[in-house]
Amino acid sequence: MTTIRIPTPLRGYTGGQSEIPVTGETVAQALADLTARYPAIKPHLLQDDGELRPFVNLFKGEENVNDLQGLETSLTETDKLLLIPSIAGG
Amino acid sequence: MSIHIPPDLLAKIHDHARESHPDEGAGFLFGADGDPRSVSAVYGLPNAREDGARHDRFLITPRDYLKGELEAERLGLEIVGVFHSHPDSPNQPSEYDREWAQPYFSYVITSVYAARDVDSRSWRLAEDRSKFFEENIVLGREDL
Repeated sequence: MTTIRIPTPLRGYTGGQSEIPVTGETVAQALADLTARYPAIKPHLLQDDGELRPFVNLFKGEENVNDLQGLETSLTETDKLLLIPSIAGG
Repeated sequence: MSIHIPPDLLAKIHDHARESHPDEGAGFLFGADGDPRSVSAVYGLPNAREDGARHDRFLITPRDYLKGELEAERLGLEIVGVFHSHPDSPNQPSEYDREWAQPYFSYVITSVYAARDVDSRSWRLAEDRSKFFEENIVLGREDL
């Protein structure tokens, strides 16, 4: 099963777990599965319009999915997806 | 709500702010959550914003984030927050800080004037992301 690595600041929404098994054939489906099971995480990943917040990055292994097919990037059962925030401010 | 930062580590944060001036400097706070939350190491990182933007913006890239998180785990700690400086401006979170903030983390903001005078305050994002709450910075262990 595909797993998603959860970064430290979001682990409070996944019962403290750092890796969550998810279902889905694409990154978008995997995210939808994650947010359906842990709805409190959703406002910290998605804007009100449903778009990803600008600080949310998803890596399939070593590659940023933005350099692949974005949210439509395909996943297999052995893939590991990493949810990694950009940290920014001003 | 408070965060314990030993004086030598707060001094490191302040040195980082002075050395980064007139740009913003930033890094991670490693430690453990609790009451108070405690910081036991600081981990300075490069400001990845482009030239000309670093005086009022900072960026820690996802690759540097992951490197920091793995380093914290190697030390048996976790990232409990982020520190960054506000060169020649107050140590209050900006609207941009709020928009980009993560839940859970403590945000230590250091004002640094003329690369010399420093002062820090710490903040945590409200659960609905609408604002920050200030938390006390506790320095000496005798204060615990």
